[in-house]
Amino acid sequence: MKLRRRQRERLSLWLQYLAFVAVIAVVVLAADWGRLREAFFRVDIIESMFPTIITVALRNTILYTLGAFAFGLVFGTVLALMRLSRVAPYRWVATAYIELFRGLPALLVLFLVGYGIPIAFPEREIPGGVFGSITIGLGLTAAAYMAETIRAGIQAVPKGQMEAARTLGMSHFTAMRTIVIPQAFRIVIPPLTNELILLTKDSSLAYVLGVTAQTIEVTKFGRDTLNDRVNATPLLVAGLTYLIITLPLSQVVRRLELRYAKAR
Amino acid sequence: MTTSQSQPAVEIRDLHKSFGPLEVLKGIDFEVGHGEVVCVIGPSGSGKSTLLRCVNLLEEPTAGRIWVNGTEMTDPDVEIDSVRRGIGMVFQSFNLFPHLTVLDNLTIAQRRVLRRGRAESERVARANLERVGLSDKAGAFPAQLSGGQQQRVAIARSLSMDPKLMLFDEPTSALDPELVGDVLTVMRKLAEDGMTMMVVTHEMAFARDVADRVVFMDGGVVVEQGPPQEVLGAPRHERTRSFLSRVLDPTHVAQLGQPDEAAEPPAAPGLPADDRHQL
Repeated sequence: MKLRRRQRERLSLWLQYLAFVAVIAVVVLAADWGRLREAFFRVDIIESMFPTIITVALRNTILYTLGAFAFGLVFGTVLALMRLSRVAPYRWVATAYIELFRGLPALLVLFLVGYGIPIAFPEREIPGGVFGSITIGLGLTAAAYMAETIRAGIQAVPKGQMEAARTLGMSHFTAMRTIVIPQAFRIVIPPLTNELILLTKDSSLAYVLGVTAQTIEVTKFGRDTLNDRVNATPLLVAGLTYLIITLPLSQVVRRLELRYAKAR
Repeated sequence: MTTSQSQPAVEIRDLHKSFGPLEVLKGIDFEVGHGEVVCVIGPSGSGKSTLLRCVNLLEEPTAGRIWVNGTEMTDPDVEIDSVRRGIGMVFQSFNLFPHLTVLDNLTIAQRRVLRRGRAESERVARANLERVGLSDKAGAFPAQLSGGQQQRVAIARSLSMDPKLMLFDEPTSALDPELVGDVLTVMRKLAEDGMTMMVVTHEMAFARDVADRVVFMDGGVVVEQGPPQEVLGAPRHERTRSFLSRVLDPTHVAQLGQPDEAAEPPAAPGLPADDRHQL
């Protein structure tokens, strides 16, 4: 029997739906829901984590992330401008820095800032405690990534923009600051958002600096609670807490891009 | 800076420009008088845009000297930013600042370069928008405007700096044919107001009607120049004739491309009687 084209397509579609439903059914039937709930969804443990996970842990996660992002953004912009500089040594230094720090694990840099430098210079102290250390420790690596992104953004601004600005009598610096860089940042919003989300997750590395009850962030808080209660529920709660940051962030950025689309 | 009326607005002496091994300008001598409108025409690759870009030093000349309003542009110590304030430039691709509104496009350089206050610079900006017929677009972003409107905003942006000289680099080449007229009308008004203008263009009707002088360039040299009726109406050089016939009558290039059999210029490349904008 030979099926006609529409019949074949309908059959294929039905088979795909059927396969999907079958897999779901197997998972639902085979899972031991009682044990899963016991391991991952103990309501009493969830309740015990609130409100500290929000008022302390999430707040610190956000602070560490923003600190590192701000540091990386400023330093990364400086590095990007150095890479595009007419002064050759600036280009060398920036290139070397970027190549070095892109190749180092964030954890190693964090150890370096948190322990290496205090050992080397015991009389000095990094200002801001854990916050200061994580801002610098994660920011140093983030700057290397962001520098390359920002450089690409600057180079993506058409040459005519600089020419038009210079023709109006602006200096190179003024043209860069008021015309080129604002446009470059609109171009690099999506990759910088990625960097911000990566930093949100990397902020969990703060635990290696030895955090206290006041400086604890979401992942460490989840793990501590897990140790306390010998149950996996805190990890689920901690994981979902990150989504409180990342999901709205995606929305905000989508709005931002839409608004700038008008002015591109 | 000495700005005496005895000196021409633009003076170019033995200008050479090379890009690597490619010599684009091969010794240009050239002047533009105050209030004069000069149209530079020629085939693509003839060096006319490069010449224009040398005048405000967007391109660094390889050799030769250039004076604009008495200031030597080719002096290595020239205060380039301050000289450029007096030289407006309009680009083929408009180059409006897409992240700024039309009004901000017109005020940003006034404020950052001329240090004018907000009220003063907005007053100047609105006056110039009025001049190009776009008063109602002050709050729009460039991307919301047609090409012709963008180019008129670009002209208004330059005018807001009160330039003494305006350079136009093929200002209508990127426009749809039906939008060309608006831009040319603005340029004609500017010429009538006495602005000194140097215009690289393919708009022969504009050159004929508005220019005081037409300069034909080919192969990096000025082939001939003179009043438009001479250069466009009765060109003396074969290169000028063949260029004009290609531009004015593009569908008959095949025959006209042959070495001219008749001694007379090919029907003195009849400029179209109507005001249609060629090409």
